Amino acid sequence: MRITQGTFSYLPDLTDDQIRAQIQYCIDHDWPISIEYTDDPHPRNVYWDMFGLPMFDLKDPAAIMQVMAECRVTFPNHYIRVSGFDRSHGRATTALQFIVNRPAYEPGFYLDRQETSDRQIRYTIRSYAVDRPLGHRYEEA
Amino acid sequence: MGEPDQTLSGQIDLDAAYREAKIDQLLDELNRDLVGLIPVKTRIREIAALLLIGRLRQQAGLDTGRPSLHMSFTGNPGTGKTTVALRMAKILHHLGYVRKGHLVVATRDDLVGQYVGHTAPKTKEILKKSMGGVLFIDEAYYLYRPENERDYGQEAIEMLLQAMENQRDDFVVILAGYRDRMDTFFQANPGFHSRVAHHLDFPDYSLDELMEIAELMVTQHRYSFDDHSRQAFLEYLEHRLGQPHFSNARSVRNALDRIKLRQANRLVRQGGSISLSELTRIDDADVRASRVFKGGNEQTGDGEGDEDD
Repeated sequence: MRITQGTFSYLPDLTDDQIRAQIQYCIDHDWPISIEYTDDPHPRNVYWDMFGLPMFDLKDPAAIMQVMAECRVTFPNHYIRVSGFDRSHGRATTALQFIVNRPAYEPGFYLDRQETSDRQIRYTIRSYAVDRPLGHRYEEA
Repeated sequence: MGEPDQTLSGQIDLDAAYREAKIDQLLDELNRDLVGLIPVKTRIREIAALLLIGRLRQQAGLDTGRPSLHMSFTGNPGTGKTTVALRMAKILHHLGYVRKGHLVVATRDDLVGQYVGHTAPKTKEILKKSMGGVLFIDEAYYLYRPENERDYGQEAIEMLLQAMENQRDDFVVILAGYRDRMDTFFQANPGFHSRVAHHLDFPDYSLDELMEIAELMVTQHRYSFDDHSRQAFLEYLEHRLGQPHFSNARSVRNALDRIKLRQANRLVRQGGSISLSELTRIDDADVRASRVFKGGNEQTGDGEGDEDD
């Protein structure tokens, strides 16, 4: 199951040229870019790890593409995303964020039903991938 | 790359392309703001022509390998190396050679680390910062310290060389430094010498050019020489030229700064009411109070060439 989230969730994965163009857009708007990774695919997981520091002082997408390439080499089987942060007063939030790398195989989620009192049912979704510990979840078996 | 097409037989309007790139405007600016430096200006014009033709060839579908534009600027202190580097970044940007046209100035401190493993990230950081622009390495020969074979400078040099080769599309490196020391640097690092396509030598300024520079600075700062003080300053330069640690335009600027100081002092001591023009006028005495006229040598605290008098 292909996980989607962020700005271009409805599109197929961006190519490197498209990513570069998006990064250029961020730089043009003075949005510092950061690169994050995780292997916990749950949609409510907001705690992604930073790869390096936010890149405040880089003026050219080539440099950021280079960092992204490094991140892909280091974490080939993780989700990696690029975010542009708009720090302007009154907004101060992530302005644009998209996934640039995903594991080769995404097993998806299963729906867990919990019977509680009065025959009520509580639902939860759980990824098949999270059985294994952090950092080993998408390794080849 | 378009396919090689009709244009091989067609006509190309060179003048229009030339105007469009605003090369003239840039070169005029260069001529106006920088005195002398004829060989440097000629070289810049040549490079601009090369890039323009390269771009036209590309438009016509003729493949031109991207020319390597790494440069080395050699010359004595105060001959305008940094100023030209800044201009160069702008020119390259206008010609579409670099994407952003910003200048990142780095010295040994910014590139070389203090302990094992510190150099690579530092150098990488600077390289990343300069992408899309120009990396200006001032006093590049300090990177290489032959007397200490475990010096981390070598590591920075290797990374630089690699980036200069592999990321030619992303940035331009300009190495700068004094002539003789750069020569030894290049001898010890032949890899650098062959990767730097343009070696520009900045000549010392002649007396006339120095005077012209002084006039330019004085006008820029809204001061003015009168006939006597102009003559006095010319004599000052003549004296100063023969003394050690003369650093061309920088010395002129320092001398003018001190003259302004003396002018201010003179006016304050004089007191009373003065005319507005007195505020801008540099007096003969302001210049002649310099120690240079008293036959005294420049007192130099350090050997770096910035003198006082």
